[in-house]
Amino acid sequence: MKALSFHQLTKTYKNGVQALKGIDLTVEEGDFFALLGPNGAGKTTAIGIVTSLVNKTSGKVEVFGHDIDRELAIAKSCIGLVPQEINFNQFETVSTILVNQAGFYGIPRRVALDRLEKYLGALQLWEKRNAVSRTLSGGMKRRLMIARALMHEPRLLILDEPTAGVDIEVRRTMWTFMRDINAAGTTIILTTHYLEEAESLCRHVAIIDKGRIIENDRMSTVLRKLQTEVFVLNLRNPIPAAPVLPGYRLTMPDDHTLEVEVSKEQNLNDIFSRLTAAGIEVLSMRTKTNRLEELFMRLVEQHPSQSNKAAS
Amino acid sequence: MTAPQPVLERSAEARARDEKAALTRTAIVGFTTIVIREFNRIIRIWGQTIVPPAITATLYFVIFGSLIGRRIGDMGGYTYIQYIAPGLIMMSVITNSYGNVVSSFFGAKFGKHIEELLVSPLPNWLIVTGYMVGGIVRGLIVGAVVTTITLLFTHLHVHSVPVVISAVLLSSIVFALAGMINAVFAKNFDQISFIPTFVLTPLTYLGGVFYTIKLLPEWAQGMSYGNPILYMVNAFRYGFLGVSDVDIRFAYTMMIGAAVALFAANVWLLQRGVGTRE
Repeated sequence: MKALSFHQLTKTYKNGVQALKGIDLTVEEGDFFALLGPNGAGKTTAIGIVTSLVNKTSGKVEVFGHDIDRELAIAKSCIGLVPQEINFNQFETVSTILVNQAGFYGIPRRVALDRLEKYLGALQLWEKRNAVSRTLSGGMKRRLMIARALMHEPRLLILDEPTAGVDIEVRRTMWTFMRDINAAGTTIILTTHYLEEAESLCRHVAIIDKGRIIENDRMSTVLRKLQTEVFVLNLRNPIPAAPVLPGYRLTMPDDHTLEVEVSKEQNLNDIFSRLTAAGIEVLSMRTKTNRLEELFMRLVEQHPSQSNKAAS
Repeated sequence: MTAPQPVLERSAEARARDEKAALTRTAIVGFTTIVIREFNRIIRIWGQTIVPPAITATLYFVIFGSLIGRRIGDMGGYTYIQYIAPGLIMMSVITNSYGNVVSSFFGAKFGKHIEELLVSPLPNWLIVTGYMVGGIVRGLIVGAVVTTITLLFTHLHVHSVPVVISAVLLSSIVFALAGMINAVFAKNFDQISFIPTFVLTPLTYLGGVFYTIKLLPEWAQGMSYGNPILYMVNAFRYGFLGVSDVDIRFAYTMMIGAAVALFAANVWLLQRGVGTRE
């Protein structure tokens, strides 16, 4: 079943900015879906339309088969939203925020208290249940927003930059939690600027730029479209100049580092054999940029701006 | 061994019925949640919501009732303090019903937690009703406090309990809804204090709280009839004292009409997303 579908969705703001220019998109139930794009590409507008925070200009949106024009309340009850900006009442306690949120979705207090314990425990916030929310750290506030979005146990969870400004340890904890939620059957749509996060978590990806979908496929299929990849090799001993390896492009940022561009037809074994023959010993190796980041930049560059104006 | 029963596909009607029942449950629990949240807010910030009107009412009774009132003499057949008591109670109900919704709804907009409600399945009319009831609750709490203070200074005669209750409820509804419209359009904190300061306070003071408009020159009486608060104060005063400067039936028509129009306007504004959605 389709968890979410857009058909020819458009949004033009009052100031004339065309944030969405007729996008078509489908997210299957159970998927972990990445919606990526540069700032102002239209990601947040699309999410805003699904959650009714933004009124669409035209097009059709369905959530688990419920058209938001005809069955908005049912469609909304299927969605949990973790917005980009902190948007809970900063004067209320963690527990109050969660119980109220459950109430807005018709969950009685008794059930809400059980879920509160479950989700605050899983997100390591149980100790903070009686704390006033403004006293929480940035990472805790982000986790509180995830717990809040789960209080009515939605079938579709939309995470808009959920790990922005969160330290790496907390981010990894949140990744594990998101994977578990998805494995339990919740469809997840994730927007993020950390492309490593999208590559690690998501099975499908759509890239949106200037209000249009420019890529939409399985993550593995999209990544295969990368024609070349740059590897950074750290050398044991300094070398005076980059060796000449026919068929490969090598650069040398410093005397202990080599960067080699490898195409899909080439392989690393061949490079290592040749470097070994040249007496160059490699200590370690890493990719120069995240693969998805590389592809993302190329795709966005291939679709030059038609208008400098775009809204997020 | 019995043969496995075929899984029966639930009919579209049955599914629709279940969904409708679920939405009704959601509406009831959601509405209760909004009202409890508003009540808790009123109690949490009691120093801002309940104490100031109590102090203001006490000062009014001490100065206008006891000190100056004795020199003024009777008004409308009652002592001055008895005459102004219903008006002072109504004034506190009006300003607090308005103030509760305008500050709570604008605060939710400013802090963005209004989005919690906007993304929820609760219908717009229920959100408006929830905030309206929050305003009524504060209006009635403050009204009860001011009434208690009144009883420390004077005896309150009650002419008609139904009129007292209906007038206070309708006035509270009208001003709670008016406060919500103010909050919907407000873009900053200045704009939520502008209307109470420059519109609500003058209308209240000129709405017959402290005097009968029969004391005014004819042209001023004519202008006073254009002030909606005059009708509310007089309807309420009629409930207590049995005297009024206006036709009570017209006062009720005006209050009910204003309540319906403001409710519809609020739902329409929320539906359109004015001030709340993009």
